[in-house]
Amino acid sequence: MQTPRWLKNVFTFYRDGFKNMTVGKTLWAIVIIKLFIMFVVLKVFFFPNFLNSKFATDREKAEFVSSELIDRSTVNPSNFDKDN
Amino acid sequence: MELLSTSLVDWSRAQFALTAMYHWLFVPLTPGLGVIQAILETIYVKTGKEEWKKAAKFWMTIFGINFAIGVATGIILEFQFGTNWSNYSYFVGDIFGAPLAIEGIVAFFMEATFISIMFFGWNKVSKGVHLAATWLTITGATLSALWILVANAWMQLPIGMEFNPLTARNEMVDFWAIISSPVAINKFFHAVISGWIQGSLFVIGISAWYILKKREIDFAKKSIRIAAIFGTISTVLIIATGHGSAQQVSYHQPMKLAVMEGLYEGQEGAPLIAMGIVNPKKESYKDDKEGVIMAMRLPKMLSWIAFGDADHYVPGIRNIIEGGYTKPDGTVALSFEEKQKMGQTAQIALSNFKKAEAAKDTAAMAEHKAVLDANYKNFGYGYLTSPEQSIPNVPLVFYSFHLMVILGGAFLLIFIVAMYMEWKDMLSKYNWLLWIFILFIPLGYLAGQLGWIVAEVGRQPWTIQDILPVQAAISGLQTSSVVITFVLFAVLFTGLLIAEIGIMVKQIKKGPKIENQLSETKDSVR
Repeated sequence: MQTPRWLKNVFTFYRDGFKNMTVGKTLWAIVIIKLFIMFVVLKVFFFPNFLNSKFATDREKAEFVSSELIDRSTVNPSNFDKDN
Repeated sequence: MELLSTSLVDWSRAQFALTAMYHWLFVPLTPGLGVIQAILETIYVKTGKEEWKKAAKFWMTIFGINFAIGVATGIILEFQFGTNWSNYSYFVGDIFGAPLAIEGIVAFFMEATFISIMFFGWNKVSKGVHLAATWLTITGATLSALWILVANAWMQLPIGMEFNPLTARNEMVDFWAIISSPVAINKFFHAVISGWIQGSLFVIGISAWYILKKREIDFAKKSIRIAAIFGTISTVLIIATGHGSAQQVSYHQPMKLAVMEGLYEGQEGAPLIAMGIVNPKKESYKDDKEGVIMAMRLPKMLSWIAFGDADHYVPGIRNIIEGGYTKPDGTVALSFEEKQKMGQTAQIALSNFKKAEAAKDTAAMAEHKAVLDANYKNFGYGYLTSPEQSIPNVPLVFYSFHLMVILGGAFLLIFIVAMYMEWKDMLSKYNWLLWIFILFIPLGYLAGQLGWIVAEVGRQPWTIQDILPVQAAISGLQTSSVVITFVLFAVLFTGLLIAEIGIMVKQIKKGPKIENQLSETKDSVR
C-alpha cells in the first residue's frame, strides 16, 4: 500500500525542521537532559508518591489521611502540651 | 501523633517557594514575548515588509529558547505535592486534579501542535496559516496558565466542593463555580498581563542594547515602538486587575489585605500607605504601637480601592482576630477563638464519624456529618494553637506589596518615555536612558516575584484558605530528606537559568540579521 501524500508531507516537514535546527539542537539536548533528571532521577529516587508507597488502595489512603487530619488537631491534648 | 517539627514545615515551604519562584522566572516571558512576536508577524502579513518578518523571527527565536528551557519546570511542583504535601494532595485531589489534567490535555497539545508549524513552517506554509499557528501557540501557552491559576485561586477561595469524610477528600460538586471563581478570573488576567509587561520590558531592554551598540537600529526602534505601546496598554490593564485583586482579597482574605497594608487597627475611610516602614518595635498585634511608621498615607484610598466606598470600614489585624465587626456581606465577623472552636468541633465530628463508620452506625454517621458540615468552613482553625499563627509575615508581605506597586508605576513611566522617545526619534541621543531600559529587565522579573510573595505568603498559614494550614498539609518525612531535595532543586534550576541566560546572550549578540536558527530550513521557498 502506498503511503498517503499528506503523511509524506508531514514527515518531510518535521524531518526538515529538525534536521536544519542549530540553536534548536542545543535546546533539545537541554530539554532531554532536564526531563531525564526530573523523571528518572528526581521522581524515582527522591520523590516517590508518599501515600502510594505506603498504601495500595484508596480506602487505606483515606483512612490514613483521616487519621492524620484528626491526630494533628489541637483537640488532641498532646499537641496543646507541645506548643504551649 | 504529634504536630510535626517546625523545621520540617519550614523546609517544605522553602522548597516549594524555591521551585515556584524559579518556575516564575521562566514562565512570564512566554506570554509576553509571544504576543509581541505575534503582533510583529501580523504587521508583516499585513504590510508584506521583510523588516517586520525579521523582527518577528528574531523574537521568536528568543521565545523558543525561553520556552524550551522553562517547559515542564512546573512539574517539579507536582512531584512535591505527592511527596512533601501528601495530606494536602489527597485532601484536594479531585479539585486540583481536574484543572491540571485539562491543562495537560488541552493547552499542552494545542501548543505542541502549533508550535512546530510556528518554528518549522516559515516558507513551508502560507503566511496566513503560519500567522494562525503563531497566535494559536500563544493562546495555548496562555491557556496553560489559566488552568494552574484556577487551581491556585481555589486554594485562595475554596468553592464548588463538598468534603466527603468517607474518602477524606474534597469532592467537586460544581466545576463551573471553580473555573468561574472571581478570584480565578482576576488572578488569570493579572498574572498573564504581568507576563505581557515582562515581555515588553525585555524587548525594550534588549533593543536598547542594540541602539547602544549602534547595531540593528531600525529593528530596535521598531521593536521598541511595538513593545512600548503594548507595555503601556498592559500596565493600564494590570492596574485594573490589581484593583480587582484588592477587592477580592478584601472580601475573601481580609487578613491578607490588613497585612499588605500593615493595618492593625481597623477604621472607616482607611488610608492607603504609599510608603512607610514596618515598625520594628511592634511586638504583638495587641499592643498599641503603630504598625507602620514614617508612613506617607493617601486619605481614604484603601477603603475606596477595597470596597469602592471611600468611607467603608476596613478591619485591621487585631479586629480580624477579635471579630465583632460587620463584614461586607452583613454578617458579624467571628473571633479567632470562635473559629478555632468551630474547627475543633469539625475535627471532633470527623473523628466521631470515622468511629461511627467503623461501627457501621449510619444514623450516628449522618449526625456527625451534619456537625462537620456546619463547622467545615473553619476546619483549619482547629490546627492553630494561637491567634499569632493566623498572621502572615507582615514585613515581607508589606514591603513586597509596596515595592511591586512602586515598580508598576515605574513601568508605566518607562513605557510612556520609550514610546515618546521612539516617536520623536531621540532614542540614540540619551545613552543613560538606554541603560535604564536595560536595567528594567530584571526589575520586571522582581515585580513578578514580589506579586507572588504577596499572594502566597500573604495567605499563610493556609494551603487552603481557612480549611487546611501548612502544618496539617505536609507529609511526615525526615527534615534531612527535604533539605537534600531543596539543594538538588537549587542546583538544577540554577543550572537551567545559567543555560538559558547563556544561550540567550549568545543569540542576542548574533542579532536579528542571523536568520531564525530554530526554524530555518535549507529548502527554497515553496
